Amino acid sequence: MPDTAIALSDVTVRFAEKTLAFDCAIKAGAAVAVVGPSGAGKSTLFNVIAGFQPPAAGSVRLLGEDMAGRDPAERPVSIVFQDNNLFSHLTIADNVGLGIDPGLRLDAAGWCRVSEALARVGLGGYETRLPGSLSGGERQRVALARALVRRRPILLLDEPFAALDPAMRADMAALLADLVAETQATMLFITHQPEDIGRLAGEVIYVTDGKIRFHEPAGDFLARREPADIAKFLGRSVP
Amino acid sequence: MIFARAERRTLDIAGALALGGVLAFVGVATAVLLGHAGSGSGAGAGAGAPLFDAYILRVARFTFLQAALSTLLSVALAIPVARALARQRAFLGRVWILRLSAVPLGLPALVAALGIIEIWGRQGVVNDLLRLAGLQNPVSVYGLTGILIAHVFFNLPLAVRFLVAALERIPAEYWLSSANLGMGGGAVFRLIEWPVIRRVLPGIAGLVFMLCATSFTLVLTLGGGPAATTIEVAIYQALRFDFDPARAVLLAFLQIAVTGLLLFVLSLFGRPQDEGVTAGRAIRRFDGRRRRVTDGLVILAFTLFTAAPLLATLVSGLAADFGRLALDPTLHRALLTSLAISLASASLSLAIALPVVLVPQLAESGAAGPARLIMAGVLPAVGSLILLVPPVVVATGWFLMLRLFGETGRFAPAIVTVINALMALPFVVRVLGPAYRTHLARTARLALSLGITGRRRLVTIDWPALKKPFLTAFAFAMALSLGDLGAVAIFGAEGFVTLPWLLYSRMASYRTADAAGIALILGVLCLLLTLPSTAPDRAPERPGPDA
Repeated sequence: MPDTAIALSDVTVRFAEKTLAFDCAIKAGAAVAVVGPSGAGKSTLFNVIAGFQPPAAGSVRLLGEDMAGRDPAERPVSIVFQDNNLFSHLTIADNVGLGIDPGLRLDAAGWCRVSEALARVGLGGYETRLPGSLSGGERQRVALARALVRRRPILLLDEPFAALDPAMRADMAALLADLVAETQATMLFITHQPEDIGRLAGEVIYVTDGKIRFHEPAGDFLARREPADIAKFLGRSVP
Repeated sequence: MIFARAERRTLDIAGALALGGVLAFVGVATAVLLGHAGSGSGAGAGAGAPLFDAYILRVARFTFLQAALSTLLSVALAIPVARALARQRAFLGRVWILRLSAVPLGLPALVAALGIIEIWGRQGVVNDLLRLAGLQNPVSVYGLTGILIAHVFFNLPLAVRFLVAALERIPAEYWLSSANLGMGGGAVFRLIEWPVIRRVLPGIAGLVFMLCATSFTLVLTLGGGPAATTIEVAIYQALRFDFDPARAVLLAFLQIAVTGLLLFVLSLFGRPQDEGVTAGRAIRRFDGRRRRVTDGLVILAFTLFTAAPLLATLVSGLAADFGRLALDPTLHRALLTSLAISLASASLSLAIALPVVLVPQLAESGAAGPARLIMAGVLPAVGSLILLVPPVVVATGWFLMLRLFGETGRFAPAIVTVINALMALPFVVRVLGPAYRTHLARTARLALSLGITGRRRLVTIDWPALKKPFLTAFAFAMALSLGDLGAVAIFGAEGFVTLPWLLYSRMASYRTADAAGIALILGVLCLLLTLPSTAPDRAPERPGPDA
């Protein structure tokens, strides 16, 4: 496996009201927290990597390969959103099964893998239930189970815990840490909670005004006392 | 508690008046019909005939057949059109096409019929093209074909709008997920779109079937002859041409039985669901790129089909001799009559709608004795009574009764006004109900605690917030009344001429140029009233950086 999982060079995204520019390299197997104010461009960064947002200029390389012209499904990426990850009219097993075959034509071995993945995230026996009957935390676990069966080396999580209460956040974070260690995936997650950084991240990317302002080890970031916006984000009193 | 004591009393009185008034108005008509059926007066030679003769059976069969075919065509064609429109979010002029699909909703059926004849008729564009292609037998716009074309013209856009709305309620994340997972076109349809479509389809099909089964004007103008007549038109013909009230009465009850059955079936389907929870992301479709050409063709065909009759109405209308029309005293009188009736009926409709909307909410808020509870339960049903007893049937009842007092023409304007108000009522209630409910939940307690009640509440709290739904409802009620032919046709007498009736008589006497000019005036009037409220939101479609 190449050393660098994600390499963005001079990637530019233009919207009517602003222009965003990203430049970064993320090592394979890294666990990266993406933080920054609302509207700074964190989701756009994910959209560029996942292939939802074609950049106006620059190159996106994933695992050493240029992604220009590749559809979202043709990239080595799984993505989990804050909400609506599951198709609400399909059963839990179907939702996970889509990760094996997007047309949902699975053989017995496939369904077996679905059950194993569900058991792995602590939802064994939930196969025939519908998403509506699950709690928010359980639904996010199903989304993780789907990512698990897809076996893509890069995992993007767009505020995966934002809809969960504190106890569930901690459980989910622990589960996620285990899964990432097991699969050796490269993981990026967007969060607004400093404690998620301590729990999960080895590195932090700080995005503001459409640019990556800092990219540094989590320990360094957590120790920051300036600039003021980061100190405030970390919950320190600003001098 | 959401109303002050004085307000509660006013509402009780208003509710009782609305309830009593509507029930009495429809009740008198039905009682007269019953009386006629019992006495058999006017049955003449038919007295010994079997209750349901071959003619009535044929009419009933045709009513169901054309409604079923119209529904099937409208809904089946709407699915590919809606999918294409939902998929191609950046299609050139997409917003305008969606707006165009709202136009038939506000267009009087008679105006549309004229436009459809221009396109599909013997001298129309379609037959010209067919003749160029070497075909000898032209498409006939009269009979079943014409009725189907007209019904699809009205209901295909309606079904498309419902389906596009349903498809757009699909959470934006589903499309991102499906692109990330790599679902193909077939899988997207089977796993995402069809489950959504299947849920709303029975409601849409039921509504379209109901509209087609009770369609009067289109069948009157494009059908005709015993082979292509629906129950409503047969009632009109029995009264106006054969003067056979017994048959009209029989048909009227048949119609009530049919609509009652349909309403019951519709109530089983329920209304299409409200929107689900989303993160409010902009919807972006990744499966549209590969289908741009086929989707474009589908959308183009739909646009042509819907726009052509409208353009034809415009073109032939503009060719009319407006100088002469402007000096035509008959047209002046018809225009004034129509405006007066539509203003009066829209006002009446809103006045009845207010207690229909508010009394149930008053009862819900806990301040209800048994009398108020009963009223709250019955009022909504009263609001849609006209769906059960259609306008033509009510008009027939009143016509038969007023005949006893001699000249029916004198009372016609009042009767038509009330019938038009009742026709608009279900729509008005549907617009005002949810708006008022949200408004009350937001402001009622605060207003009460501050002592802002009665007229002050109406002026300072309610009107500013509810101006838009009120105006929408009023404009729609006016347009409905302006374009209505059914009630007028039953009474249609010398000295009482509305704009649609004038148009209909000009068409019947083959004064085509005049008809085209009048149709243009009527169409423009109605669209001016309805378009502002049916236009989809102007919200920009361009995706931006989502938070």
